[in-house]
Amino acid sequence: MLKLHGQLPILHAATRAPYLVTVTKNARIPPDLKQARALLMQPGMDPTGFKTILTRGGEKPAGSPESDVFELSGDYEYLDEGDILRVDPSSGSMRCLYRRNSIHNTILLTEQCNHYCLMCSQPPKQADDSCLMDEAMELIGMIPPDTEALGFSGGEPTLYGHRFVELLRHTKTRLPTTAIDVLSNGRAFKDMAFAKQYAAVQHPDLLTGIPIYSDDPVRHDYVVQSRGAFDDTIQGILNLKAVEQRVEIRIVIHRQTVDRLVRTCEFIARNLLFVDHVALMGLEITGFTRPNLGLLWIDPFDYKDVLSEAMAVLNAYGMAASVYNHQLCTVNTDVRVNYRKSISDWKNEYLDECTSCTKRDECGGLFSSSKLYKHSAHIRLFT
Amino acid sequence: MSLFQGIEQYQAPTAAYQLLPFRFTSLDQDQYVLTNLAGEYLIVDRRTLVELQRHQLSSTDPAYCDLRARHFLMDASSLIGPALLSLKLRTRYHRLAEFTGLHLFVVTLRCEHACPYCQVSRQSEDTLRYGMSPETASAALDLALRSPSQHIKIEFQGGEPLLNFGLIQFLVQEAEARNQRLGKNLAFVIATNLALINDDILRFCRDHSILISTSLDGPRDLHNANRPRPGGDSYERTIAGIARARQVLGSDRVSALMTTTEASLPRVRAIIDEYVTQGFTGIFLRPLSPYGFAIKTRSYRAYNAERWLDFYKQGVDYVIELNRQGMDFAEYYASIILKKMLTSEDPGYVDLMSPAGIGIGALVYNYDGSVYASDESRMLAEMGQEQFKLGHVLTHRYEEIISSPNLLDPLEESFAYSAPMCHDCAFEPYCGADPVLHYALYGDYLGRKPESEFCRRNMEMFRYLIRKMESDPFVKQLFMKWANR
Repeated sequence: MLKLHGQLPILHAATRAPYLVTVTKNARIPPDLKQARALLMQPGMDPTGFKTILTRGGEKPAGSPESDVFELSGDYEYLDEGDILRVDPSSGSMRCLYRRNSIHNTILLTEQCNHYCLMCSQPPKQADDSCLMDEAMELIGMIPPDTEALGFSGGEPTLYGHRFVELLRHTKTRLPTTAIDVLSNGRAFKDMAFAKQYAAVQHPDLLTGIPIYSDDPVRHDYVVQSRGAFDDTIQGILNLKAVEQRVEIRIVIHRQTVDRLVRTCEFIARNLLFVDHVALMGLEITGFTRPNLGLLWIDPFDYKDVLSEAMAVLNAYGMAASVYNHQLCTVNTDVRVNYRKSISDWKNEYLDECTSCTKRDECGGLFSSSKLYKHSAHIRLFT
Repeated sequence: MSLFQGIEQYQAPTAAYQLLPFRFTSLDQDQYVLTNLAGEYLIVDRRTLVELQRHQLSSTDPAYCDLRARHFLMDASSLIGPALLSLKLRTRYHRLAEFTGLHLFVVTLRCEHACPYCQVSRQSEDTLRYGMSPETASAALDLALRSPSQHIKIEFQGGEPLLNFGLIQFLVQEAEARNQRLGKNLAFVIATNLALINDDILRFCRDHSILISTSLDGPRDLHNANRPRPGGDSYERTIAGIARARQVLGSDRVSALMTTTEASLPRVRAIIDEYVTQGFTGIFLRPLSPYGFAIKTRSYRAYNAERWLDFYKQGVDYVIELNRQGMDFAEYYASIILKKMLTSEDPGYVDLMSPAGIGIGALVYNYDGSVYASDESRMLAEMGQEQFKLGHVLTHRYEEIISSPNLLDPLEESFAYSAPMCHDCAFEPYCGADPVLHYALYGDYLGRKPESEFCRRNMEMFRYLIRKMESDPFVKQLFMKWANR
């Protein structure tokens, strides 16, 4: 697992307020550009004039009185040319917001949410964090336009209302060819006026991913811990499709959703056939899932026939559907056509015993959190 | 205290629930089929049904969640049901607004076959007597292209339409030319026994994307007994024609239909084997219709609904077994019904539509210029009953034809949702109004359902298909695929 954020020892602080900065390994760039770059120091480089200096030595390089200087530990070996960081020279906190060589860049817009899902991987907080939105607006302006894909997530991004629509508009202007995935609970779109504003951005490559955890409204409301959620979300999806937005339905499979998984897929095929993609997803062992593990855990090996049956329903109805977050050795071969390597690179690992598996390259592996806390008892080698 | 609330906290605060519109009928001794407004079904036992309609069903009953999720009942936990139901219902009926998509041109009544059950053909040598004239064809084409539908399918029928191939060429070229400014999606089909097919005809079909629909009744002896022609070589000619047509047009451009005669009844496996052997990916097991010579020669009365059902069930059972062994092969009548059962789309099959498919689903332009509400309507006319004649291409305008009382009256009077017994029938969403058939048999558009063979046959088919998929997960998956073909 990559460490995307942490505290860095401050060797020198020239400024106070946090800022975003792009990483470079090239010390010979025009002086004005240095003002907007963080130099990854190598021995022999002249760091003069850089906004930020990231050194591995622990010693403050000479001749850098206007630069913020931080010490990098081995955790950040992955940092590379073009990555974008948020650094705070007064506290030393650092977040890697964008990795140039990854297709899994997701921008966290808020930690606030109107759901409180049993298995939330990003437990919601109440505090005002709208500075994240300001930061995202700035970040979009710094990301190179040839970036393939980008995600917006939360919390619940649509809580920003019109500001979120503005972010999408800004993104379309700055990154017109980047595919955008939005993760939302969809409830805001039950307001048709908002759905229309959202659609009016006319983003050419936008997919809104919305969870439906059960065909039974009570069960869905229970999983997301919010009364009326099911009705709002369904109405939101209907509205989004009415204004021709692309929608993905996401179902996390766990003990509380697996019993009605097939019926939920039948419900989707019968009522929401017009959605663009359905993802059946394995459980990430992080956030609320850890305290609720007893309530949620079921070994994927034990539900593999249910997964096959659910996928067969979606396939029969001609829906585009995928299995996410599963290991090849825990699913039946009939879902291979729907199987995707889906786990974001920075939290994607394999068990030690997976090394000699002949299907390792085709396998999506595990969440780092699964490796750490809980994974299928049936991980086995293909030979 | 936990941060999280238990599921019971999300149930409706009271035990009150509201019934959404549904109908039910018995499936067997203890089981009932319930269907909702959109045609979704659920199987429950008698106790559940009784408690449900008495508003006594507990929200902890295992059936309760299913009934709520499929919009049979609604409680305070969720009010979205009616919106989804109405969406599905709108989807089911959306074709109606498009109006007539299928236009049948009877280019000649002549045929070189002499099939005893055939409804309409003539053996006349007189080419002019039973052929459609270019003037009639041109006027009929104008009417067909007046249809508001964006998708116009023109099917050439007979008799044997290839006996008037010159007129087919004229019509195809005219249709393409006139469509230049209309920009509709045109498709052509020739329904032929293939006995007269040749490479010139096939090249024309290829160049104009014309589909071939032929007749194959089963193995050689059965087919030839059903379809006598000079030389007794109908089967050989059909098989050779299919092979040639596939070669020139592509395999997916050639389809076949079979007619079930009394001689077919004991031989359903052999018939299916013939279709498999000939490389078809499915078969349409259809009963004989009670028209024309079929009634005159008593072929139709030769078997009743029960005997046909035995034939049909044996056939579908066999097709299922073929699939279980890994073969991809469908039965199309089941596929049509399953589409109604398992999806929100209407397959648009004329016999199983309500409002009826006459006029709305298809219009027939007879060789003599008469316009009929369906193929069966003109067959009935051949028997002297012109009840469903809508007008004539040379003397009536489009508006007069589609608002003819001979169309509107039967449409209105046969509408199943308001027909006695059909209105209360759980299978009404799967069934259809067939005013022509009922008129032919009973002298009115509705018939009396307890005596109706149509009703008996369909009811049992619905039950049979539901029992099949409810008792066997493999069949359920297979049927889902057929429903979405």
